[in-house]
Amino acid sequence: MYACPPDCGSGKVVLSVAGLCKTYSAVVAVADVSFEVHRREVVGLLGPNGAGKTTTINMILGVLSPTAGSVHIGGVDLARRRAAALAQANFSAVYAALPGNLTVAQNLRFFGMVYGIPELGRRVAGLLRQFELERLRDTKCGLLSSGEQTRVALAKALLNRPQLLLLDEPTASLDPAAAQTVRARIRSLAVETGCGILWTSHNMYEVEEVCDRVLFLSHGRILLEGDPRRLPREHGAATLEELFIRLAREPLAEPLERAG
Amino acid sequence: MRLKPVAGILLRQFYLIRGSPVRSLPMFAWVAIDIVVWGFITRYLNSMAAGRFNYVPSLLGAVLMWDFFTRIMQGVSTAFLEDVWSRNFLNLFATPLTIAEYILGLVVTSVGTSIVGLAVMLVLATAVFGLSFLSLGALLVPFLLVLFGFGIALGIFASALVLRLGPASEWLVWPLPALLSPFVGVFYPLATLPRWMQAVGHLLPPSYVFEGLRAVLAGRPFSAASLALGAAIAVLDILLASYFFSRVFHYAIRTGLLARYSAESAA
Repeated sequence: MYACPPDCGSGKVVLSVAGLCKTYSAVVAVADVSFEVHRREVVGLLGPNGAGKTTTINMILGVLSPTAGSVHIGGVDLARRRAAALAQANFSAVYAALPGNLTVAQNLRFFGMVYGIPELGRRVAGLLRQFELERLRDTKCGLLSSGEQTRVALAKALLNRPQLLLLDEPTASLDPAAAQTVRARIRSLAVETGCGILWTSHNMYEVEEVCDRVLFLSHGRILLEGDPRRLPREHGAATLEELFIRLAREPLAEPLERAG
Repeated sequence: MRLKPVAGILLRQFYLIRGSPVRSLPMFAWVAIDIVVWGFITRYLNSMAAGRFNYVPSLLGAVLMWDFFTRIMQGVSTAFLEDVWSRNFLNLFATPLTIAEYILGLVVTSVGTSIVGLAVMLVLATAVFGLSFLSLGALLVPFLLVLFGFGIALGIFASALVLRLGPASEWLVWPLPALLSPFVGVFYPLATLPRWMQAVGHLLPPSYVFEGLRAVLAGRPFSAASLALGAAIAVLDILLASYFFSRVFHYAIRTGLLARYSAESAA
């Protein structure tokens, strides 16, 4: 189990989401979601399938515009200064693989140029070393194993030294050993680089291990917020997984206050 | 506008072309085949005409310029389709990349690939079939620029169409140049066409190029004003196509189309 660093959650706000809503005709995908992520903090965004996690992440990434509400990344309004806001963020998602027809090094160079990274050659070399990708540098990404692809995606996600890192199920396709390595790596990233991380996962053991705080999302609303190690006890559940299942099955039957 | 992301898109296309014969071969092969086929047709027609008319500049020259236009258009849309094929929209548009930078990247990429094709066509047409574009002199530059401008506009329009209608609609964009060719008088004067087709032709910049080309080759007076009008329409078309792309992009962001683009449910 990782300890929360002393200043986690009390530092500068790297992500501020206020009153975020997304509706498609009569369907409400996300309803009035508000939360913050601070420097060095790992926040878990939890919820059953269709709860609105990926919709929320897509709105933070600027690839989906909200019906209402605002997103500020590093204090910059995404709606008004899209490029400046997105320059401070990056992401990795299991459903957004890097182009498989480019090699590892080519992908990193391409995205590095898109982000406008100075001294790109040195940065790419450093990331290849950091994620043990040097021997794979000339291998096409489409030929890599799931674990290797996850490492490349993480390397790409760190290219611009983001203040905010969005990770959508980063360990979903990994074996337990590889997942353990990735969790350790990400946790240490928050501590070493000071970035704030928003993490989605269906693995409650993983969430307890990595996240400083979790947000339970259901039917597009945040039902519960708090420390993943304390929440089960506070709400009469034996484990985080039990609490998750109860919330997923009957989210509105038993109103729960945000513990914030 | 930042130039590094623009160069990045060009670099990505260079990597893809370098790493795949499937991508590099069409840059040379199809244009070469076109020139060879039309080169022999012009030779045959010349032999039938028995020296009364030289078909090489009018026919082979027209093929070469039309092929150049097609390559420009396809250069833009192919660079865009690389992101469709590799399902890269989410990775790409979650970056600080602006629409203007992206479109400029596609255009620069197209310039690079189509100039290679133009060089192959020029060398082959000149060396094997005796086509001399030198007779056109400095006029060749504005002719090519107008075709280049309209090719860019059509490529951006085609890319916006695929973004709006979904990946399967790429089959709609490939025949676009062929669809326009009857109206622009590549091989015949616009006066040959019915009035309504002439009216459509006058809205399309290539018609001014091919009318001008025929006039110069026939030794008739050439209308610079007409070519300037063609150039102005081409510039207007680029602006309109870019605006259309931007509108489609914002529609795709508003409706969630961009985020779930890999699905074929776009239409």
